[in-house]
Amino acid sequence: MLLDILFNAFNGLIVGSFYALMAIGLSLILGLNGVINFAHGGFMALAAYFAFTLVPYTGFWGALIIAPLLAGAVGYAVEQLIVRRLYLRDPLYSLLATFGLALIMQDLLRTIWGAQGLPLAIPDFLNQPVSQVYFFVTGYRLFVVALAILSTGTLFAVLRYTRLGVRIRAGNADLETIAALGVNIYLLRSANFVLGIMFAGLAGILAAGQLGLTPTMGDELIMPSFVAIVVGGVGSLLGSLLGGLIIGVAAGITTAFYPAASEVVIYLIMGITLIIRPRGLLGQEGLFE
Amino acid sequence: MTRDRIVFAISAVLLLTVPLWFGHVGGYTDLAARVLIYALAAMGLNLLLGFTGGLSFGHAAYFGLGAYGTGLMLVNYTHNTLLALLAGTLLGGLAALLLGPIAVRRRGIYFSMITIAIGQMFYFIAVRWNDVTGGEDGLTGFSRQPILGITLGSTQFYYMVLIFFGVGAMLLWTILNSPLGHTFVAIRENHKRLTFLGIRTDRYVALSFAISGLVCALAGGLNALLDNFASPDDLRYTLSGNFLIIAVLGGMRNFWGPLVGAAIFVLVENYVSAVTQNWMTVIGLVFVLSVIFFPLGVLGFFRKVKKA
Repeated sequence: MLLDILFNAFNGLIVGSFYALMAIGLSLILGLNGVINFAHGGFMALAAYFAFTLVPYTGFWGALIIAPLLAGAVGYAVEQLIVRRLYLRDPLYSLLATFGLALIMQDLLRTIWGAQGLPLAIPDFLNQPVSQVYFFVTGYRLFVVALAILSTGTLFAVLRYTRLGVRIRAGNADLETIAALGVNIYLLRSANFVLGIMFAGLAGILAAGQLGLTPTMGDELIMPSFVAIVVGGVGSLLGSLLGGLIIGVAAGITTAFYPAASEVVIYLIMGITLIIRPRGLLGQEGLFE
Repeated sequence: MTRDRIVFAISAVLLLTVPLWFGHVGGYTDLAARVLIYALAAMGLNLLLGFTGGLSFGHAAYFGLGAYGTGLMLVNYTHNTLLALLAGTLLGGLAALLLGPIAVRRRGIYFSMITIAIGQMFYFIAVRWNDVTGGEDGLTGFSRQPILGITLGSTQFYYMVLIFFGVGAMLLWTILNSPLGHTFVAIRENHKRLTFLGIRTDRYVALSFAISGLVCALAGGLNALLDNFASPDDLRYTLSGNFLIIAVLGGMRNFWGPLVGAAIFVLVENYVSAVTQNWMTVIGLVFVLSVIFFPLGVLGFFRKVKKA
């Protein structure tokens, strides 16, 4: 029984890594661009399909690098065409526009690659079970967790130590002031949007290796990512990371006891958080209100 | 003012005579009933969205609870259509009354994310609680029963929907023209100022949330009776998004905006899904383009032209 719980908790940790990567990208975009990107799930799936198409030519590793960049390029085009028109307007409009965008992207993915699920080929050595003594864990699952940690670590380092990172953080605090100080905030917002999209893309490729590809794969991951942000606290990237992992593990453990409730438990955690600590685990009081 | 009255009278006559003419312009009576049902839901939502300034992305939950409540009453307990509809409406309204106070703990974008998540919780309950809700296949096995000996065919049911639409619209109109409604609008305009005046704005927003949830639940119950079916999609955030775009498309600052928006949305969706498989792209474009080019909606657009 204990092994069963451990196994499900570890599974939850992997799903939680996907939530966390998605939530971090969403958080970045929400922070500087002030937009809840409903199309985040669409970009996630788009990168996964790019990877699917690239794998025969570039192999898994090449696809892992190129596909998020391609998704980022699409993200840049979308930001220029649509999203930038919504800055500083009522959040209603950015929600609705990106929601419509999500519908379009899902429909195009289905038209191009078909509605049925596709597998993403992953390198053989990652598919080997690492240990069969305690429970069945493939190397791929460890790889997912490792890469999630590595990429978030890199992001935090970029935000902490580079000029771009300093500007993003300063822009989060006060966009007008840094504009007055001579920072090109239009460029900065575009770069930040693309960065967020690339995190979604990474999550998409990793998730596709584990769960396969469907045009609706983003749908299933975007709602828990919203919850991860609320639980972790709006405005805190570390909070989004923690929130994603917590709800992933909680859902995993629930699967061991009562599988039917594994999705509902995520929303219960959010409800409890809101009642006892409305600003979330690491959130600041009064942000985006 | 007289011009508004003329438009109102013409609209009323058009709505009352739908079964006579709607078929001749390529529609069918059930489609007109759907327009009214979606319009009622979006008008309910608009009390919160357009008049109180609360951006809920989860009102399909109360619509769906109304649908499931009505369906479950008919399946398990009663053959009285009106009693079932009442039960469904109260179920959805009660849920909105209980959950509103949690959602209004936050404002702005945060509020929207919380309402989405609460809505998705009900979606997953409906999908997973197989024994009661029928799971992903939805709830079947009920049909609308005669009321006072009148069989509810398409035409009769359309008039029943029209009556409830009228009741819902009158309720909302009365509220908006009462001191309570003025308080809602004042919260939308400047909630901080109202807080300084000693008004517990969060309680008023929660009240607006509950009333709008109740009206959505009524619409949901009618929708279940229209299809003799309740689907988990009735609770899904996609439908919440549709209600929002209906309100925005018609004009969310106008009382009748959602009716115009529902007519456009339902008819476009019905037509496009008949001619192309890529109807989702068209609906998505409706979202994107109307947000960018018609943020005031059709009625708001005409009003602006009139003023200019």
